[in-house]
Amino acid sequence: MEQNVFRSQLNRRSLFALGGAAAVTGALAACGGNTGRETATNGGATGGGGKVTLNQWYHQYGEQGTQQAVERYAAAYPNATVKVSWKPGDYDQSTAASLLTDAGPDVFEYGNGPTIDMIKGGQVVDLTDAFGDTKSDFNDSVLKRVTYQDKIWAIPQVIDMQLLVYRTSMLDKAGVKPPETVDDLIAASKKLTTGDVKGLFVGNDGGAGLLGGPMLWSAGFDYLTDDNEFGFDDPRAATALGKLRELWQSKSILLGAPKDWFDASALTSGLTAMQFTGLWTFPDIKKGLGDDFGVMAWPKLDASGKDSVPVGAYGSCVSAKSQHVDEAKAFAKWLWVDQTSFQLDFATAYGFHIPSRTSLIPKAATLKAGQAAEAAKLATEVGHAQSPLLWTPKSNTAFGDMMSRIVKDGADPMTEITKLKPIVDAELKRVQA
Amino acid sequence: MFVGPFVIGLIIFVYVPIVWSLYLSLFEAYNTVTPTTFVGFGNYADMLADPAFRQSLVTFLVFAAVIVPVTFVLSLTVALLVARTTFMQAFFRSVFFLPTACSYVVASLIWKMSIFSGIRSGLANAVLGWFGIDSIPWLSITEPPWYWLVIVTARLWLQIGFYMILFLAGIQRISPNLYEAAAIDGAQGWKVFRYITFPQLRATSTAVLLLLMINAFQAFDEFYNILSTFGTYPPYARPPLVYLYYTALGSGQDFGHGSAGAVILTLIIAIVALTQGRLLRLGRRDD
Repeated sequence: MEQNVFRSQLNRRSLFALGGAAAVTGALAACGGNTGRETATNGGATGGGGKVTLNQWYHQYGEQGTQQAVERYAAAYPNATVKVSWKPGDYDQSTAASLLTDAGPDVFEYGNGPTIDMIKGGQVVDLTDAFGDTKSDFNDSVLKRVTYQDKIWAIPQVIDMQLLVYRTSMLDKAGVKPPETVDDLIAASKKLTTGDVKGLFVGNDGGAGLLGGPMLWSAGFDYLTDDNEFGFDDPRAATALGKLRELWQSKSILLGAPKDWFDASALTSGLTAMQFTGLWTFPDIKKGLGDDFGVMAWPKLDASGKDSVPVGAYGSCVSAKSQHVDEAKAFAKWLWVDQTSFQLDFATAYGFHIPSRTSLIPKAATLKAGQAAEAAKLATEVGHAQSPLLWTPKSNTAFGDMMSRIVKDGADPMTEITKLKPIVDAELKRVQA
Repeated sequence: MFVGPFVIGLIIFVYVPIVWSLYLSLFEAYNTVTPTTFVGFGNYADMLADPAFRQSLVTFLVFAAVIVPVTFVLSLTVALLVARTTFMQAFFRSVFFLPTACSYVVASLIWKMSIFSGIRSGLANAVLGWFGIDSIPWLSITEPPWYWLVIVTARLWLQIGFYMILFLAGIQRISPNLYEAAAIDGAQGWKVFRYITFPQLRATSTAVLLLLMINAFQAFDEFYNILSTFGTYPPYARPPLVYLYYTALGSGQDFGHGSAGAVILTLIIAIVALTQGRLLRLGRRDD
């Protein structure tokens, strides 16, 4: 159950020596012997039959059969020999580090596409041509996330989403209807709380890490405006973020579950009546609860707000350091744009995901009916990319710190937003320079 | 000639990265280790002006102020008890030393998920339940800051055994003649410790204090594994290395600021270590 982009940033445990930590990363990557790349490729030599050899990297997906599947796709490609490297461990970092050297991949996946610094640093190539007239068929919000200055920098492979899941029987028993606004949700959460069973689970940090985006969207804001400026310097946004504090103080949310929100066990083992979680937990929820569950978007703040769900996707990128950029682009296009049967297989045969091409959703057997079909509809209709491309890691860290102070310490949301804005503005200025 | 391979390794994996890091700290280096934009001491100024980085230094000081004396006293106490006991001495030594062999990561996960999970089935909450006390979400709340209890106990469990062994070695080097002389003079208990054992352990104590201090500075594993959730780390209890990890590595790849922070941290450790060594006269023999 690790196949999802939301987890990509996690599980980094690592030990690095004090001082020179940064440099060590580069040095080790440069010295690494087993780069997964055949020596011949470095010299630009060709493989058997006059075909070039391309190296394609994936992170280690948790689902059984995924690795065999991508190897099968690669073997089916007629125009080049594609060597698949399955990278366990800290994928994001080792990939980012390898792009600094010429021992990196030709084609690689990256969570929500390349970072803005990779694009600005010229580490990845423009893939706009690969889309042709299929562009409008890809999930809007995800495509927007990988677009910078009208160029598309990654081909979305498969979509993951987060949404609110509830136990129908528990709501019925308490006489609670699926909430339509955030206030409804808080009221429902209180009503559903009895003793050690809590009303709502939004992560062990009370939603500080997970719900910043959904709360902004619920009030009609976003991290950044369409013109890439700070998007929520507004008292109404402060009100929305403050709702999470209200929820925290209601004593009705589950905190300290052994497995955090990305796992269905809090819901299936009866610790909570509602949970904000990922689509990938559906097989577990179905196994634990049968049909006793319903899905919904994160509710709107009030009548003038909007429902929302976060969506994310691994995007296939082509390294600018590749010896065979054109061949690599052709392969990425072949697999992630043209081969719809492989895309469908990859999205639905191993884990539980949504194809990134909207026209494939009706063909996905797993998404045909019931809660899964509703979820897929939400992703298309009210999906928001987790965070915009220009929302840099530094902005994100500062935002996370702010959310924690608002939710856990009761800091004043408007003051905190005012403190955050200059940090984000400076980052925006830096990446757009 | 025999040290050749070792020296080469040391140069490649220690000195070159350190020098490179110094070099990077003077440049704007996003997603590159061969930067071109020279910014002088700009990165240093940025880091020192960054409230989150300064806060991480304060966090470290708080952590060190607790963990250093507590570990020191507890490991010395355990060492004294183990040294005195004649009953199953080997067993007690091994038992206290065993946690040292445990990985910080593994211990952190056990602490986080089994002992201090927020639900009723967590060990700590189960115990509270016997007394009719509500479950406490140890790692979620900041008022009161229970997360310190989790972090400090994890580290104590992991490292007391190691320092106990250092003290034991020191204790065993003290000449029995001293104790015999003291016994003849009628000294016993606390007085023996106060006037013989403790002064005789001076060099050991100094070394232990220094190691504890540096270890505290390097705090990363248990903090990261206990408190991080999903690529984010809360703004509290965030020691310098964890903060730098998110700045320089993570998906940030901001090597300029990261290296500047690492250099600042290295300087602080060096200054603290030198001052401490000077004050406690490190390197003197036990005499």
